Amino acid sequence: MKVLVPVKRVIDYNVKIRVKADNTGVETANVKMSMNPFDEISVEEAIRMKEAGTVEEIIVVSMGVQQCQETIRTALAMGADRGIHVKSDEDLEPLAVAKLLKAIVDKESPELVILGKQAIDDDSNQTGQMLAALLGWSQGTFVSKIELGDGSAKVTREVDSGLETIEVDLPTIVTVDLRLNEPRYASLPNIMKAKKKPIDEVAPADLGIDTAPRLQTLKVEEPPVRQAGVMVDSVAALVDKLKNEARVI
Amino acid sequence: MAILVIAEHDNANVQASTLNTVTAAAELSGHGAGDIVLLVAGSECAAAAEAAAKVAGVSKVLVADDAAQENALAENLASLVVGLAGDYSHILAPASTFGKNFLPRVAALLDVQQISEISAVVDGETFVRPIYAGNAMATVKSADPTKVITVRTTTFDPAPAEGGSGAVEPVDAGDDGGQSRFVERAESGGDRPELTTARVIISGGRGMGSGESFDLIEPIADKLGAAMGASRAAVDAGYVPNDWQVGQTGKVVAPELYVAIGISGAIQHLAGMKDSKVIVAINKDEEAPIFQVADYGLVADLFQALPELDAELAKILS
Ligand SMILES: Cc1cc2nc3c(=O)[nH]c(=O)nc-3n(C[C@H](O)[C@H](O)[C@H](O)COP(=O)(O)OP(=O)(O)OC[C@H]3O[C@@H](n4cnc5c(N)ncnc54)[C@H](O)[C@@H]3O)c2cc1C
Repeated sequence: MKVLVPVKRVIDYNVKIRVKADNTGVETANVKMSMNPFDEISVEEAIRMKEAGTVEEIIVVSMGVQQCQETIRTALAMGADRGIHVKSDEDLEPLAVAKLLKAIVDKESPELVILGKQAIDDDSNQTGQMLAALLGWSQGTFVSKIELGDGSAKVTREVDSGLETIEVDLPTIVTVDLRLNEPRYASLPNIMKAKKKPIDEVAPADLGIDTAPRLQTLKVEEPPVRQAGVMVDSVAALVDKLKNEARVI
Repeated sequence: MAILVIAEHDNANVQASTLNTVTAAAELSGHGAGDIVLLVAGSECAAAAEAAAKVAGVSKVLVADDAAQENALAENLASLVVGLAGDYSHILAPASTFGKNFLPRVAALLDVQQISEISAVVDGETFVRPIYAGNAMATVKSADPTKVITVRTTTFDPAPAEGGSGAVEPVDAGDDGGQSRFVERAESGGDRPELTTARVIISGGRGMGSGESFDLIEPIADKLGAAMGASRAAVDAGYVPNDWQVGQTGKVVAPELYVAIGISGAIQHLAGMKDSKVIVAINKDEEAPIFQVADYGLVADLFQALPELDAELAKILS
């Protein structure tokens, strides 16, 4: 089967982000960008399926500015086969991304789309579920285990009360959680090979999708900072503070 | 127009997350939105519906009682909600794994851009939400005719579970689309309070070194009536179950007292606990970033500090 894996370019998870002085957003100039960590897990899972012989082709899609092609190249170096870059200089909201992905699914007919459960920049946790809805497909979200069967898949989901297993009909949408796998690093020879793998570039308009935003960001601010605390020098002192000063025990 | 809140429940009772979400809905009512209607979708869920009707501020409870809604499968629940959506200006669910799973489906089918995990209501169309693991707060205004919203439970107090007298009204639960099937649920459960509602939480990190050493936390948690939590590293290492994870991609908590033991304080962990009222950190590394958010910090080896802490608590609590 064919698998589609969307990947998002985000500020690297190790970067301490800074809010812009004019409160219009966060500083992105000269900041290290990487593939959303959840999407690395999606790419890895697709590659493992290919290595296991259940998947023939892995297509990665990224949406956004020109540099998204670097993110696609990273996925190609890990082992994906080809890329699609939906080029846009506008901010794309999850609904718009889901609509663009639907247009690509309609064209490419994958049987499985694997997405990260959330992107670590806007923390929305929406795109996979929205894509499933627009396609009328089943969904398995926050997944830490996937077993592909004949015409269906069994997925284990990380939910608030523990683990839940459901069976979903194919074609399906899976969104992945952190414990599904540990993504590989691309080897140097594979990085070289990835340079020759094809990336198609399309515009949202080519796909017939209106991506006008529905949300207007009025301002972005720093969160309130916590007052500096104190260090105590013993467990007894700690317990005394908690009892007599903070009065929480 | 009225506000529809999708209740999280276990067929017998409504979950605390529902009460927090009702409070967010009440704030919307205060900004001119209409009455609060709760949807209880489940199987043999009459008791939960009755409990929902007693929640203060709820004017009506819709009950969709059918096997098709038994396990909150996203496909069935979303199509039920979409069918009801026409009567409402706002559709809300808690930002728990329950709400996060199905609500974006509703939004997409209504052609609406969902607003995820709001932490404050500014007015009927403007909301504050954390982005970048809570390192920035965005104020966003929605242009969509229906607002579809998940609610960060820790920033809205629970509505009183008693005092309301909403009317209970059955609705058609819709068909089972049959696209997905529930197989099993493995709950780690136990007698401890739930992480998201506990007054005190004690969390262990990679510094614990093994699952067994969480036994050192247990008697302390017992004495304080605390829930136990963990960092991602402790869960990944298999020390404790996944549903103990606190953080950007785990649970968001805001107890009166949060004790972090052997946790370094990565931004992804802080994202889940930095709104706690009092934070205590015990770590052997005085440079650990967790100390920057801690009200009380103790530089110590946890294997020594935990038995001492248990003994000190025994003294004052006996
Ligand atoms: C996409 C993404 C999402 C993530 N989501 C989450 C999340 O939701 N929640 C989360 O927690 N993390 C999350 N993380 C992981 C996060 O970045 C950190 O790796 C993780 O929080 C570290 O856990 P830790 O503090 O237990 O381990 P470490 O960072 O290894 O810290 C261990 C600490 O224990 C101390 N220690 C060791 N031995 C002792 C001792 N004997 N006595 C006292 N102290 C001791 C050390 O000094 C150290 O400070 C995420 C990461 C990514 C990339």
